[in-house]
Amino acid sequence: MTSNGNDKGKGTATGGTAVKDAPEDGAPLVELRAAGKSYGNVRALHGVDLTVRPGQVTCVLGDNGAGKSTLIKIVSGLHQHTEGEFLVDGEAVRFSTPREALDRGIATVYQDLATVPLMPVWRNFFLGSELTRGPWPLRRLDIERMKKTADEELRAMGIVLDDLEQPIGTLSGGQRQCVAIARAVHFGARVLILDEPTAALGVKQSGVVLKYIAAARDRGLGVIFITHNPHHAYMVGDHFSVLRLGTLELSAARSEITVEELTNHMAGGAELTALKHELAQVRGVDVAELPGEEDVQAPAAASAEASSGASSEKTS
Amino acid sequence: MTMSQATAPAAEPASPDSPAGGKDGRTAERSVVRRLLGRPEVGALIAAVGVYVFFFAVAPPFREASSLATVLYQASVMGIMTLPVALLMIGGEFDLSAGVAVTTSALTAAILSYQLTVNVWTGVIVALIASLAVGAFNGWLLIKTGLPSFLVTLGSFLILQGANLAVTKIFTGNVASDSISDMDGFDQAKSVFASEISIGGVNFKITIFYWLVFAALATWLLLRTKFGNWIFAVGGNQDSARAVGVPVKFTKIALFMGVGLGAWFVGMHLLFSFNTVQSGEGVGNEFLYIIAAVIGGCLLTGGYGSAVGPVIGAFIFGMVSQGIVYANWNPDWFKAFLGVMLLLAALVNLWVRRQATRR
Repeated sequence: MTSNGNDKGKGTATGGTAVKDAPEDGAPLVELRAAGKSYGNVRALHGVDLTVRPGQVTCVLGDNGAGKSTLIKIVSGLHQHTEGEFLVDGEAVRFSTPREALDRGIATVYQDLATVPLMPVWRNFFLGSELTRGPWPLRRLDIERMKKTADEELRAMGIVLDDLEQPIGTLSGGQRQCVAIARAVHFGARVLILDEPTAALGVKQSGVVLKYIAAARDRGLGVIFITHNPHHAYMVGDHFSVLRLGTLELSAARSEITVEELTNHMAGGAELTALKHELAQVRGVDVAELPGEEDVQAPAAASAEASSGASSEKTS
Repeated sequence: MTMSQATAPAAEPASPDSPAGGKDGRTAERSVVRRLLGRPEVGALIAAVGVYVFFFAVAPPFREASSLATVLYQASVMGIMTLPVALLMIGGEFDLSAGVAVTTSALTAAILSYQLTVNVWTGVIVALIASLAVGAFNGWLLIKTGLPSFLVTLGSFLILQGANLAVTKIFTGNVASDSISDMDGFDQAKSVFASEISIGGVNFKITIFYWLVFAALATWLLLRTKFGNWIFAVGGNQDSARAVGVPVKFTKIALFMGVGLGAWFVGMHLLFSFNTVQSGEGVGNEFLYIIAAVIGGCLLTGGYGSAVGPVIGAFIFGMVSQGIVYANWNPDWFKAFLGVMLLLAALVNLWVRRQATRR
């Protein structure tokens, strides 16, 4: 896998560092230890542990305002953590710009700010890592090579565009996400952070994006997949972390949890159970079908349940 | 070591409706006309031809070559400044201090040379540093405070306007700088900044040639260099640009310094053309630069435009300002005409862009 990554990393002027050999023991690429972030007197994130290993998809779930965005902004270099530790390859770091994170192989695909809508597809693909040729005063963009490379990379991802000159804003949301993912993979990312890539997409397009997540994982990348859709998370995830009000509510490996439990944790867990009692008293709401206490117990799942989770995954 | 190409599901077409043969099939090839209309400067070009034909018809003196030289000169003085202003606009910012910055630059060179009795080139170089510093200050303040550039440069506009008048009065006791025409290096500097070149018996001011060379350089910068890519990106979506590693701060400060460079050049031209500078000049020109850029197809909100468009915009400006004179109309109508042109250009640009992006 690494040879391919290196080949792709080559020839980029300032594109991130080439892919290093994935550690044999699957040592964490990125690790957060009791990390937190305060904005003034608002504590957005507190005591969060997160581990990203090569070839694994780490899903971060949570409702709006749970701290998902803050978490990825720390890892991607947009913000700095104010407590705990942030380690890359076992070394404590503190990024001040996204460029530094990119140089360490951490690439982020943002839900809303992945691209510049009015710029052509190929310019977007190479934005910030443009290929150039010629000596300095005459150094110019290598347009030919950039267009060719972008076309090849996009085709390898299954996106076929007739005209790379068209503004990227004219593409569909799913296509834009895929361009952004293809870009991150091309520039030798070792850790790919995806911020709710399926949030605004239809069923089919979400499927396409999930396929690329799996493809990136199979290439040996560590993937952080932010979502609030537990079904999407369960399809590709190896490890699940649920955030609630800025703290870690659940951290479980795939074998320890079913999609139902994950859904219940996402939906608010214990609070939902309380709500169920209240609803039962208000009027004739049928609460028998709603999840009960027993479903929201933390990851004490047996392997039998895991298999039932797998079957429900197919149906979902 | 399983390799990605084998395992990536991506190797197959994304969706069943992608036919083989490498084409998506859903987007028809855009026609040549559509592609042409997609260029930012096409609307301005149509307008320029219209204005030219109009004045050619109604004003006989307009048809002479010497008139063309005058129109081009008028356009070039404006156009040299419009270029960096347009680049800044594509980068998503305004500079309202651009008009008075020209006067500041000329005053700096004139007063410094005269008061210290040094070679005018010393003044020219100090003026360059001062102009770049003003630009850098605008950019730095914008980055540091996060205030809109409209406010930041409105502030620096007022500061410069006041300082131009006050400082000039301190040194000369007058509202104009002292004439520097008899100082060392003046003739040399004049030949560089304000000479004339005769072609076929018609005298063309040297600024026309600088204007076209700068426009070519700006086009190259915008479309063929990394920095040009960054300009479009910071204007189109600043947060995206930052997130993919574009040095947003550097780009913006450099664009403001580019405006400073333009102000210096035009300031030097005015100084060596007229030997002296009126300290109250330049007010209001900042809007003319912005108007010329908008007529030339630059989007007011940034992220879209070209360097050729503002050249055409400035040419329209020159044609209108001189054409009114050649047509023997009252020059008071100039601003009214310009306003109509601006609205028409904005509408044409809007229409053109809709045509180009329509599917």
